[in-house]
Amino acid sequence: MKSYVQIESVQMSFSTRQGEFVALRDIDLKIERGEFITLIGHSGCGKSTLLNLIAGLLLPTAGVMLCADREIAGPGPDRGVVFQNHSLLPWLTCFDNVYLAVERVFSATEDKALLQQRTREALALVHLTHAEHKYPHEISGGMKQRVGIARALSMQPKVLLMDEPFGALDALTRAHLQDELMKIVAATNSTVVMVTHDVDEAVLLSDRIVMMTNGPAATIGEILTVDLPKPRNRLALTNDARYHALRGGVLEFLYQKQAKEAA
Amino acid sequence: MIKARKFFGEHILPPLLGLGMFVLVWGLISQTSESLPGPLKTWNSAVILFTDPFYQNGPNDQGIGWNVMYSLGRVGIGFGLAALIGIPLGFMIGRFDFLNKMAAPIVSMLRPVSPLAWLPIGLLVFNASNPAAIWVIFISSIWPMIINTAVGVRQLPQDYLNVARVLNLSEWKIFTRILFPATLPYMLTGIRLAIGTAWLVIVAAEMLTGGVGIGFWVWDEWNNLNVEHIIIAIFIVGIVGLLLEMMLVRLAKRFSY
Repeated sequence: MKSYVQIESVQMSFSTRQGEFVALRDIDLKIERGEFITLIGHSGCGKSTLLNLIAGLLLPTAGVMLCADREIAGPGPDRGVVFQNHSLLPWLTCFDNVYLAVERVFSATEDKALLQQRTREALALVHLTHAEHKYPHEISGGMKQRVGIARALSMQPKVLLMDEPFGALDALTRAHLQDELMKIVAATNSTVVMVTHDVDEAVLLSDRIVMMTNGPAATIGEILTVDLPKPRNRLALTNDARYHALRGGVLEFLYQKQAKEAA
Repeated sequence: MIKARKFFGEHILPPLLGLGMFVLVWGLISQTSESLPGPLKTWNSAVILFTDPFYQNGPNDQGIGWNVMYSLGRVGIGFGLAALIGIPLGFMIGRFDFLNKMAAPIVSMLRPVSPLAWLPIGLLVFNASNPAAIWVIFISSIWPMIINTAVGVRQLPQDYLNVARVLNLSEWKIFTRILFPATLPYMLTGIRLAIGTAWLVIVAAEMLTGGVGIGFWVWDEWNNLNVEHIIIAIFIVGIVGLLLEMMLVRLAKRFSY
């Protein structure tokens, strides 16, 4: 049985002035449909590079990457990306930002009314119906990130790729968006790959946590399966011994096995 | 009430005071010189001039309104042609590095040349003074438009291009939804610089080419030794230039994100 996303002995190197720089090596990862995967590791471990590889923004120097049995040869709307810095177009309203994506994917088969309906549904999913005619500079950072999520989801991607989507947000907003994301993922049964360096976020959201060794030539160190039942509640988990054991496992990997001196 | 007084003190009083002092110094200087008319004499002359700004007595004697309109018309045509050619050229130079390298030596060599140096070439090619003046305006305003548009295209943040790649947008969508709006503020800066130079240059160009226009009018009044009219012309040129600038600043504000 083939997996939904398959990464086989992938290597990624960049040619720099000092010669060949190997960022990632021997990456093997299988992601099942509906799974929530987080990539965690110290900065510089190439976790964003791995995400960009799945997105198709980068192409691997060696190895095979498949998404739903098709080779990943470049970016495509079957893999929706949520960028760290939201990357909304400032001259378009929230509605138009999402519409741009919807139009690209569905305009061949659907008429304008249907496209607009899809856009409204995507914004409703992230509870931003009231802000659809606002411009990005008129809304808060958390709202911008929600529009980014709506834009990615509106394309009905096979995989949702998120590059530290909540990294730039304050702790309260982040917690709120994590809760919303859990609900959205449960409702849409999305397959998600998320880069994070927040241990709590990884344990709370993931089915599996992919822990990466330090770069250069980073690879997957360990994969931790998070078997906490869903739906998860952050308050209930604070008293859950299994949660703390998993959290301890990630911390041990990051600060003992892959301890890194302060940069 | 206090607010109104504060507004007056901060925004109305200083410029009025400055203008007042300017007029005062001008008046004092004119007292010591026989040929330089004072503010009052100039004002009286201006009143007469502006009671009938649009009279027409043959091709070389037309009202001040017509002169300004003709000059603006030349600037408009030369500037419009420059925009029509310079902006697409700027886009191409900004987007394709090869073209940029091709154009760079030409642009950097020709940009510092005074636009008036192009006037004889214009006269030679077009065999008429009016198109030659327009040609000078064209040359003077095309550089800022090319350069600023190209810079705008090159400054396009990688984030936006990544969005385009992830969404797999067509070249046309990339242009209309990302490239053009992202470059627009830079383009407007180029347009503002261009219209400033164009208005600066038209006076000098018209002095040389003749015909109806504010520049030629200044020269004509110099030949008539009507110094009041020359001073009035300086004010008119200044005020029109200021209005053009303000118009474009407002436009630019509308398109800043």
